[in-house]
Amino acid sequence: MSRIGVFVCHCGENISATVDVEKVAQAAAGFDDVVHSVDYKYMCSDPGQTLIKQAIKEHNLTGVVVAACSPRMHEPTFRKACAEAGLNGYMCEMTNLREHCSWVHDRTEETTEKAIDLVRMLVEKVKNNKPLEPILVPITKTALVIGGGIAGIQTSLDIANCGHKVILVEKEPSIGGHMSQLSETFPTLDCSQCILTPRMVEVAQHPNIELITYAELDSLEGYIGNFKAKIRKKAKSVDHSVCTGCGDCWGKCPSKKIPSEFNAGLGSRTAIYVPFPQAVPNKPVIDKSNCNYYQKGKCKICEKFCKPGAIRFDQEDEIVEAEVGAVVVTTGFDVVKPEFFPEYGYGKYKDVITGLQFERLASASGPTLGEIRRPSDEKVPEKVVFIACAGSRDPAKGINYCSKICCMYTAKHAMLYQHKVHTGKSFVFYMDIRAAGKNYDEFVRRAIEEDKVNYIRGRVSTVYEKDGKLIVKGADTLMNGEPIEIEADMVVLASAGISNPGSEELAQKLHVSYDRYKFFAEAHPKLKPVETNTAGIFLAGACQAPKDIPETVGMASGAASKVAALFSQPELKREPLIAVVNRQMPPVFSSCVGCFLCETACPYNAIGREEIKDRNGNVIKTLARVNEGLCQGCGTCVAFCRTKSIDIQGFSNEQMYSEVMALLND
Amino acid sequence: MIKIGFYPGCSLTGSSREYAESVIALCEAFNIELKQIPDWNCCGATAAHNLDKELSLALPARILALAEQNGMTEIVVPCAACYNRLSVTEHTLNADEQLRARISEIIEMPYEGTVKILNVIQMLQKYVVNELANKIVAPFDHKVACYYGCLLVRPHEILQFDRVEDPQTIDEMLKLVGAQPVDWAFKTECCGAGFSVSQPDIVGKLSGKIVKDAVDRGAEAMVVACPMCHANLDMRRPAINSYLKTTIDIPVLYVTQVLGLALGISREKLGLQRHFVPVKF
Amino acid sequence: MNEFEPKIVAFVCNWCTYAGADLTGTSRIKYATNVKIVRFPCTGRIDFMLLLKAFSEGADGIIISGCHPNDCHYTSGNFHARRRWVMFRSLLDFMGIDVRRIQFSWVSAAEGAKWAEIVNSTVETVRELGPYSDYQKVADFLKTEVENG
Repeated sequence: MSRIGVFVCHCGENISATVDVEKVAQAAAGFDDVVHSVDYKYMCSDPGQTLIKQAIKEHNLTGVVVAACSPRMHEPTFRKACAEAGLNGYMCEMTNLREHCSWVHDRTEETTEKAIDLVRMLVEKVKNNKPLEPILVPITKTALVIGGGIAGIQTSLDIANCGHKVILVEKEPSIGGHMSQLSETFPTLDCSQCILTPRMVEVAQHPNIELITYAELDSLEGYIGNFKAKIRKKAKSVDHSVCTGCGDCWGKCPSKKIPSEFNAGLGSRTAIYVPFPQAVPNKPVIDKSNCNYYQKGKCKICEKFCKPGAIRFDQEDEIVEAEVGAVVVTTGFDVVKPEFFPEYGYGKYKDVITGLQFERLASASGPTLGEIRRPSDEKVPEKVVFIACAGSRDPAKGINYCSKICCMYTAKHAMLYQHKVHTGKSFVFYMDIRAAGKNYDEFVRRAIEEDKVNYIRGRVSTVYEKDGKLIVKGADTLMNGEPIEIEADMVVLASAGISNPGSEELAQKLHVSYDRYKFFAEAHPKLKPVETNTAGIFLAGACQAPKDIPETVGMASGAASKVAALFSQPELKREPLIAVVNRQMPPVFSSCVGCFLCETACPYNAIGREEIKDRNGNVIKTLARVNEGLCQGCGTCVAFCRTKSIDIQGFSNEQMYSEVMALLND
Repeated sequence: MIKIGFYPGCSLTGSSREYAESVIALCEAFNIELKQIPDWNCCGATAAHNLDKELSLALPARILALAEQNGMTEIVVPCAACYNRLSVTEHTLNADEQLRARISEIIEMPYEGTVKILNVIQMLQKYVVNELANKIVAPFDHKVACYYGCLLVRPHEILQFDRVEDPQTIDEMLKLVGAQPVDWAFKTECCGAGFSVSQPDIVGKLSGKIVKDAVDRGAEAMVVACPMCHANLDMRRPAINSYLKTTIDIPVLYVTQVLGLALGISREKLGLQRHFVPVKF
Repeated sequence: MNEFEPKIVAFVCNWCTYAGADLTGTSRIKYATNVKIVRFPCTGRIDFMLLLKAFSEGADGIIISGCHPNDCHYTSGNFHARRRWVMFRSLLDFMGIDVRRIQFSWVSAAEGAKWAEIVNSTVETVRELGPYSDYQKVADFLKTEVENG
């Protein structure tokens, strides 16, 4: 027998102005199993809560219905009050007499009747409630950060500085990411490497950070607080514990013509290499696909010249396992490939380059040591055309979004060019100038007004080569669409930022969502920008959408604070409103027949399999089993289950059916 | 014997008869029978779609409905403008059932949207390309500039044919008969066809730039698959020459004529004598 | 004679429509009293047997509402609900239930006014359709047949 208490709130006059609360309390007193029913001015106030607590003790209540405001507001308040009086918090339900009744209706009999109906529904529901205990989940206080660009570096440092362990995995031989390739940064024109490299070094030396370069995530299993990651360490062919980074090997390597990734293909590197002089770690790896020994079976010159004897040709990929409590994805972005722009001749004409390549030309550590010389003949270009929105905001190319950073870096490129080539002329074709940000618009104005960069609003239809010049055909839409032809020496494309090639595969490994452009999806576009839909997995930086450095760093610190908050708890307490598969006495064990429809329905991969074995270890039956750590309590599986074997605590079939039937059978 | 429906359109029965002749001659050589859609009408290009949406859909819809009525599942439409209008109509009406019902009412014929529309290149790719190599008697050993124009590849969402900014299909096809396509910059630039009547001087300028680039890159012939392109580059040559202030005598051939020559089909059957700029191959 | 007042049950998800209906309240937008809300975690949780149960127990109309497509708190629950609804709708005719008695819609947490509109329009529609009594008729018929042997 249930003993239910009903507590009707006036909410000052918010409810009592249109609902006859006394009549509601009286009516409720007449419901089956209701042993106590009162109304009070403010139920959520301290005396109101005391009223409930006393009633629970006095009347030995087994269930409580608070008829007040929205449960989205005060459900935790009243559940806590009940728990303090010794009644399990989940035996308390709220019905919404304010937002769903008094505020939306006039004072009529029907309004009070509706309020009585609402109370009756919840009284019937609460009779079927069961005491529940919060789920406690232990937390492994180590974070896995995937990607060692500025986002990953910042995230790792912030988490590590909170005193937690971090494993930072980077797929390239060095951390640094795209930021290490940049020449100078907008809007201050400070040197990118000068501000980045100290942080790279800090990462390498931090006692709480384990840096694993030249490695990728192989698989991730588990759930928030308790992930198991397998990390594939690609064979470096060099023993970094022995190597001193002296450089003798790459000085002697005969494969010298490999396009350097760091220089965006404008310079070359050797087969055994460090990507750039400030690399962290500053020790080489052998690129097997370009190494004479691995490809042709002969060479080993590096081994011969390595004094410490660090070369290991027999090294193989190694899988290491790590237990982590949280994952932060910071894999960054990529730019569109040559075949994307047949009309601009990228890939066909050497002097049509991307913004990233221009960064390398302008960088003091680049292939031209910072002098702007065009790739084809190393001449200083006298006329340079910059094409903004090269691919971005172009539905015909399948990229509808704005790549966000191009307006700013194009202004910076034009400015850098004007600073370095005083006699040069630069033109920027643009659609709009999007310079929202602190000191951003001022920066663009400076490019236009002080550095005399010619901004032309209009798009470029085609670029072709003629008599050694690149003919850029476009239109000036501020001059009635006047066709324009510029004979340029070099063309720089502000190519669209796109998701990294492996991002879809990674998202599937992590079970996080991604959008149609394969950027990782945040849990909520406004209020949960660094969370994903999978608890315990966070995002930072351009893997979520193109963004600039300040925004990336802000997001990285945001993700780090989420991880730190998670790790600050001794264990994870989760609402027990999750799905469970019923269990019965042998020989049935459960009404679950093992069809696993629930498995296909679950968006969180929370359905596992459990084998029931006899004493000899033979499998008698395979049942679905809900992983408490992964289940988020949506209940989709419940509606899918054909045998009604899976149910969701707090919104069980019994509860919902009795709620509906109570309404209709008055 | 392969049977395909054939919609010639007005150009192929008038100013570009040689295109029709060469298409038919080529099809004969490959045992393809082209069956003309009976009682066909104008496709409405290029005026209708600027004037009246329903008219611009009704005209091509009637052609397609007639093809359906005559049991055709596939039709070849050599003229790029006709191809464009017919494809746009098919796409529009297949996406909007209400509109299709309305147009059916106007043309007083049911239109189901079952006919597949091919341009000449697509027809050649589907039925000819694989057998081409065995039949070549005189490789077309010349440098060519393949000119696609605007209507053959745009809008890409509807036509889904070739790369829109840098199409390759004609280049690839001509390589098969020994031609050497040049890498040039005006493959899809506008020839000015829309101004052909109202402001012919603009045609001289726009087409002039196209012809000049082809010659500058060493092409010996220009190859097209559109009667409008042909008319502008060939018939308007005096205007082009006066714009360029020089005399350029590069001939303009239809893709079907080039293939025909390689197969040894006679010049008369291919209609080469009908061009304004003489073809000397 | 009093006008017929339909009984309508609304099955809504906790994250969008329940919050949307809360917003209708905080915005003080008035609507008919006929609809009573039952809160679910997600529309994907809604077992459509519950709809039939509601009709058999005397409901005259039903509203199902959750997050807009792609906005589901649980990623995909509303898509499952939508698919279930498409199937279910085609069965309604067979079962003799007028499809207009069920209103399936998306109401986000920001659409307080839309919630009021949906409630009012559903009440009007169902009022015009009259009380749903077919199930009761069948039950009564069976009962008398059994009693009469």
